[in-house]
Amino acid sequence: MLGKLTWAAVPLDQPIPLVAGCVAFGIVGGLVVYVVVKGWAPYLWREWITSVDHKHIGVMYVFLAMVMLLRGFTDAIMMRSQQALAYRAPGYLPPEHYDQIFSAHGSLMILFVAMPFMIGLMNIVVPLQLGIRDVAFPTLNSVSFWLTATGALLINLSLIIGEFARTGWLPYPPLSELAYSPGVGVDYYLWSLQISGVGTLLTGVNFVTTILKLHAPGMTYMRMPIFCWTALGSCLLIVAAFPILTATLAMLILDRYLGFHFFTNVAGGNVMMFMNLIWAWGHPEVYILVLPAFGVFSEVVSTFSGKPLYGYRSMVAATMAICILAFMVWLHHFFTMGAGADVNAFFGVTTMIIAVPTGVKVFNWLLTMYGGRIVFKPPMMWSLGFLVTFVIGGMTGVLLAVPPADFLLHNSLFLVAHFHNVIIGGVLFGAFAGYTFWFPKAFGFRLEEGLGKAAFWCWFIGFYLAFMPLYVLGLMGMTRRMQHYDVAAWHPWLLVAAAGVVVILAGIALQIAQIVVSFRQREQLRDVTGDPWNGRSLEWSTSSPPPPFNFAVLPQIEGSDAYWETKQRALAQHVFADEPVYADIELPRNSATGVVCAFFATFLGFALIWHIWWLAAVSFLGAYATFVAFAWRDRTEYRVPAAEVARIDRENRRARRAAFAQLGAAE
Amino acid sequence: MSIAQESARRDEPYRIGLGGWGSSGFPRAEHAERSFASKRVITAFGFWIFLLSDIVMFSALFAAYAVLSGETDGGPSGTDLFRLESVALETACLLLSSFSCGVATIGARVRNNFVHYGGMGATALLGLAFLLLELRDFTDMIALGAGPARSAFLSAFFALVGCHGLHVTLGILWLLTMMAQVFTKGYRPDIMRRILCFALFWHTLDIIWVGIFTVVYLMGLAL
Repeated sequence: MLGKLTWAAVPLDQPIPLVAGCVAFGIVGGLVVYVVVKGWAPYLWREWITSVDHKHIGVMYVFLAMVMLLRGFTDAIMMRSQQALAYRAPGYLPPEHYDQIFSAHGSLMILFVAMPFMIGLMNIVVPLQLGIRDVAFPTLNSVSFWLTATGALLINLSLIIGEFARTGWLPYPPLSELAYSPGVGVDYYLWSLQISGVGTLLTGVNFVTTILKLHAPGMTYMRMPIFCWTALGSCLLIVAAFPILTATLAMLILDRYLGFHFFTNVAGGNVMMFMNLIWAWGHPEVYILVLPAFGVFSEVVSTFSGKPLYGYRSMVAATMAICILAFMVWLHHFFTMGAGADVNAFFGVTTMIIAVPTGVKVFNWLLTMYGGRIVFKPPMMWSLGFLVTFVIGGMTGVLLAVPPADFLLHNSLFLVAHFHNVIIGGVLFGAFAGYTFWFPKAFGFRLEEGLGKAAFWCWFIGFYLAFMPLYVLGLMGMTRRMQHYDVAAWHPWLLVAAAGVVVILAGIALQIAQIVVSFRQREQLRDVTGDPWNGRSLEWSTSSPPPPFNFAVLPQIEGSDAYWETKQRALAQHVFADEPVYADIELPRNSATGVVCAFFATFLGFALIWHIWWLAAVSFLGAYATFVAFAWRDRTEYRVPAAEVARIDRENRRARRAAFAQLGAAE
Repeated sequence: MSIAQESARRDEPYRIGLGGWGSSGFPRAEHAERSFASKRVITAFGFWIFLLSDIVMFSALFAAYAVLSGETDGGPSGTDLFRLESVALETACLLLSSFSCGVATIGARVRNNFVHYGGMGATALLGLAFLLLELRDFTDMIALGAGPARSAFLSAFFALVGCHGLHVTLGILWLLTMMAQVFTKGYRPDIMRRILCFALFWHTLDIIWVGIFTVVYLMGLAL
């Protein structure tokens, strides 16, 4: 009846994950009860859970990413403290638990922090920058989000029911095969990634279509803000790479569930085929994450230098070049496989070639700042911190791309330091830059600046303290994923790294405090005009937060930096554009399809993990019925009357006119 | 009225965003019209992108098959197992079903119920025939002791061909759902777009079958 699920699945012998899981789910459950008691449930249901508005979906993505960041960071604290304590001692985490922690840390941080953060920013910003009202397929967008949330839920459920994989963030066979991992840990990994992977793929399809097919009038490809270009690059990579992940994980699932022999040691299975396939997804995945971050930095650097982006065309070319090169380097993750000198040399060279377009981008950012009047607001500080940090990470990457050097550094802490250097320094700093930059646009008030700067410095210093020692340790020969060790020379460096994590913890605490303080002071921090940073692209031309229809009248684009030009013209000629003719606007109606479908997907995943076949069949039928119900609805859009559009827009025009008058007087 | 005119008239412009222009007076840029493709084009484009991703997924399975096709572990190989007559019959069913799918699309465009339902029904039946033939092949192989757990070659074979079969199964489920929808709702624009997407999907399955026929069956029997 319940498949493999018995009471023994609750890990009573491992109190740490159980207690942590119970506390986490207790907090979530408590919040739900609180929301219901306060009577906010209908509001949440109407405005957020069933919303198909890209801005709301984006905010939910970022929120999910931040909550998962707390979980993933807790894992990081545990690993660093374990290694600080485990010098000639067992530490406090038994090996089977420690192995689950580093596996969960990697999977969560990449797939449920970095991915949703970037996709969330894309959701909030891309339609606004293109000057349109929503993405191409709004309900599909909601489905994507909720499937991602399902994956996150399943992966966290493994804290309380069962266990998580002990295989590392990529489940390398034969360790991940049934013979060596008989528990449900790997199954949790596989099904949560499969389900959230569907969500990610649909996001990719949605945004490629949106960016290539929907633009405001006059918004040609070469006038699109660079963030749209990098989002396009990222989504093209999603469309091309995620199916490979789906296929690869499906093969592992077939091995584990039906006794297939794709990656087994017997009957002709080929273990190294898994490495090739998984990294054919895994390496493009890195660029899926970092390309949108590059876009954020481009927007931020140009805005806070008060200059158009230097080398826009080369930036576009570099982005697209990275897209293609991303698929030509996967073998550098396993130079030690023994493919031979020729093959290794080829992939070493292609890896080094990727440094060229990336270098082009770095110089473009530097030259954008050159001669500009730089304003040191928190988004700009994250960007500058990124530039310094990312260049170091890039150089150690080029070092690792040399096959003979890689043979020495493979799977050492040097590698761990390298990829944290590029992922924290590149992706996470980019996510935070975008978060502080676009927060006023999404919520209508700015984030408190002092705490934001303090948080940046804690993260920045904490990062160097936590990861530079790992470079040293890697060169001293320490391998990754060690539960305990007895080399005296390593111990002090690991203590420094642990101290670094404490500093980062302070940074996170400051970020939480920043949200609380900013919310309490939201009236003082109110963004009245919708253009708090003197911005350049179209998202700043509408109010903060934007109305459901984004633009009362679709903007006419006549050049790059669309909003900047409009502003300059208005300032120079002392005329504010005439009031447009308003008309009714049709918008997509809310739909519960996403959340209901995710509800069934959660049960489907859970049933498959625990081999509860009847529940899997019922859940599949439920998800199918949900889509049929969606397909059967008759009204898909609602109408915002012209009078309402006019009322909302006039308010924003009044605020903007006042701000212009002030600017005009100041000049 | 020709088909082209008819479909142009029915394709209402993609409305997200266009409503705000107002009916008159506001200066329309010359390219304003062009900057929004019709909803039909956008849906078909998006679905094509999805199909491309599906093809990428199949290419991963093809790659795995290419790597493992020689790994028979002392068990039967393709020459021992594949029966060309059966495969030829399957191919005929699938190719004919693509033709009937095209007929059904034309039937929907000219609003001819007989042609549309007839085409869709023929597509479903031919698809079903394909599936039954394929299932018979599979069960025969398993009865011979050549199931997917026998060797890596057979694992890759069952995964690749089975994944195509799974697509056909889901396609038939989609087709029947859509027939019911046309029956209850008529030829609404959104349903017409779904019919277009289904046709794209069905033809893509043909393309993949051509790959399977060549790489798995022809090459397997030739080697």
